Amino acid sequence: MSFAVIIILTGALTAISCALVGSFLVLRRTAMVGDAISHSVLLGIVAVFWLTNGSRNEILMAIGAGAVGLVTVALIELVRGTGRVREDAAIGLVFPALFSIGVILVSRFPGTVHLDVQHVLYGEIAFAPLRQLELFGMDLGYRSLWVLGTMAVINLLFVTLLFKELKLSTFDAGLATTLGFAPVLLHYLLMGLVSATTVIAFDSVGAILVVAMLIVPGAAAYLLTDRLGIMLVIASLVGAFSAWGGYLVARQFDASISGAMATVAGLFLVAAALGSPRHGIVVRAMDRSRLRRRFDVRLLVAHLAGGTQVEDLPAQFRWSAAMVQRTLDRAQRQGFVTREPGGTFRVTPAGTDLAAGTGVGSGD
Amino acid sequence: MIELFGITFDYTLRNVVFGAAILGIVGGVIGCLAVLRQQSLLSDAVSHAALPGICVAFLATGVRSTPILMAGAAVTGLLGALLVLGLVRSTRLREDAALGIVLSTFFGFGTVLLTRISRTGDADQAGLSSFLFGQAASLVATDVVAMAVLGTITLVVVAVAFKEFKASTFDPGFAASIGLPVTGLSILLTLLIVSAIVIGLQAVGVILMVTVLVAPALAARQWTTDLGRMMILAGFLGGASGITGALLSATVSRLPTGPTIVLIASAIVIVSVLFAPGRGVAWGAAERRRTGRRVRAEWADRAERHQLPGGNDHLAPQSSGRLPAPVAEGSGR
Repeated sequence: MSFAVIIILTGALTAISCALVGSFLVLRRTAMVGDAISHSVLLGIVAVFWLTNGSRNEILMAIGAGAVGLVTVALIELVRGTGRVREDAAIGLVFPALFSIGVILVSRFPGTVHLDVQHVLYGEIAFAPLRQLELFGMDLGYRSLWVLGTMAVINLLFVTLLFKELKLSTFDAGLATTLGFAPVLLHYLLMGLVSATTVIAFDSVGAILVVAMLIVPGAAAYLLTDRLGIMLVIASLVGAFSAWGGYLVARQFDASISGAMATVAGLFLVAAALGSPRHGIVVRAMDRSRLRRRFDVRLLVAHLAGGTQVEDLPAQFRWSAAMVQRTLDRAQRQGFVTREPGGTFRVTPAGTDLAAGTGVGSGD
Repeated sequence: MIELFGITFDYTLRNVVFGAAILGIVGGVIGCLAVLRQQSLLSDAVSHAALPGICVAFLATGVRSTPILMAGAAVTGLLGALLVLGLVRSTRLREDAALGIVLSTFFGFGTVLLTRISRTGDADQAGLSSFLFGQAASLVATDVVAMAVLGTITLVVVAVAFKEFKASTFDPGFAASIGLPVTGLSILLTLLIVSAIVIGLQAVGVILMVTVLVAPALAARQWTTDLGRMMILAGFLGGASGITGALLSATVSRLPTGPTIVLIASAIVIVSVLFAPGRGVAWGAAERRRTGRRVRAEWADRAERHQLPGGNDHLAPQSSGRLPAPVAEGSGR
């Protein structure tokens, strides 16, 4: 396989792992908790490096980061639980502090921790093709594919095996509790997996761009569908295509691959926000203007049926003459009014029916 | 040169101290409004969104001049804030997702530009990556002047519109009913947040700027319930943590400024939340203990006078420290 394919596959697996759990962050309105976790796992990584004398063992790091991620969630909860600090401020207080400790450790002891600030921010997906996985003396192939593939499979199993439970506790936590599910346990399980995914993805895309991979594909998918299963599929696809597109852009401009992935994901989101067939900004704007036009026609027809003169309409409705003309034309096209030879307008039977529906100007 | 606490007060250090003081004061004062309006995380999104603006300004002009970079940062920061607002208003996404989207994609685009600039081998690039975590030691006198001018304007705006901000923060309905432009004030506040962030970019960096706004305000909130006093105190605490952090970072090698300031400001919040008189957690716990003792003593006294049936054993303090329910006379018959 060529280097490019390895990098794109690594990026796609990263994005899919993130999108599967990130979609639930979007639905549960805890996207910024995901942001907080992705910052504070740096501390977990540094701690594992220290405790194990510079090991890069992914399993240890995932466990360490999972623990720090849960500590982050618990700390936010603790600060908020004092009743002195609101949730948004609690998040804004906890994660910069944990991230700062991590950054200081990284920059103070670059010898003991094989990390630098560049790596923390951008990741090093470009090095993915350079590392092989060796197990019992056997060369098994590209390390990043194994590690991220495993993470993607774990997350896939999580969302498929616990699909019903996740769905219920996400959309109706009260009912989930009543029926004997354990939404709080599930919440912490999800947060633990978010942390583990974050730290695994950290190597490829860095601390802050993990947030893009967690939130943006899920948010784009949420704009496109109302079904949870389909949303997870779309989110994974958006993530994978962002990885691909991001790689191409980065190659073109000789820039950070992870940054380009986040940028492309952002473009996908903008496209979804504008063009979604049901929830898109364009469709909604068109719906609104169609409704407004229909309402204008009904209003006009009803007042004409009630005996209002066309000449009085601009003053009564505060419409411009052009607006009256446009609406009259429209009403005429739709067959609610006809133009008499003398230049006056007459309401047709269909128009009378329409006017009767509005309750304006129809005494009989 | 002046010697103070054993630190030589030379040109660099003077810039560092003044710069950190300005950013701490402005951040603290503006942060009060952001925190009270539950917009803490908006400042996080805005500060991340400033990164592409810095890079674009540099790419467009080719010079690393602080006012130009500040202007670029302000433009994309404001764009980010408006985009958050737009996403919340016109799509089904909630605020948390909108913040996360703007924060991460703007920052991602910023890193694309930043790496692009660094690979063209521009010598000035070293100056740009210091905008990530901040480098107070890189401040020069003109930077401090730019910060001071912007900071003064920001504080003057807050002082002039204080009454209006107060009303629209605590009771938007009332503010609207007396004819205040509530939406306009929100936009003005977003502008002020952007300007506070722009002031801190060079010293603290885009990633951790949120703490400079949030932490002093949170700490000050614990000590007072008066908005004016809260702002003054937050400005003071912000300035103090800024100066301390910047001095530490400038004198100790390999100690990035942003994270140092963040940790000092966070420590002040922890102390305030725990020990602030009347509101602190420790204060509340002591108050509860006092109340418990008083109630127990009252009950013991009452029992002695009335000699409840079944003896008074049930009134002895239990291991849980709670009183059992009083036994009604004739119960169980």
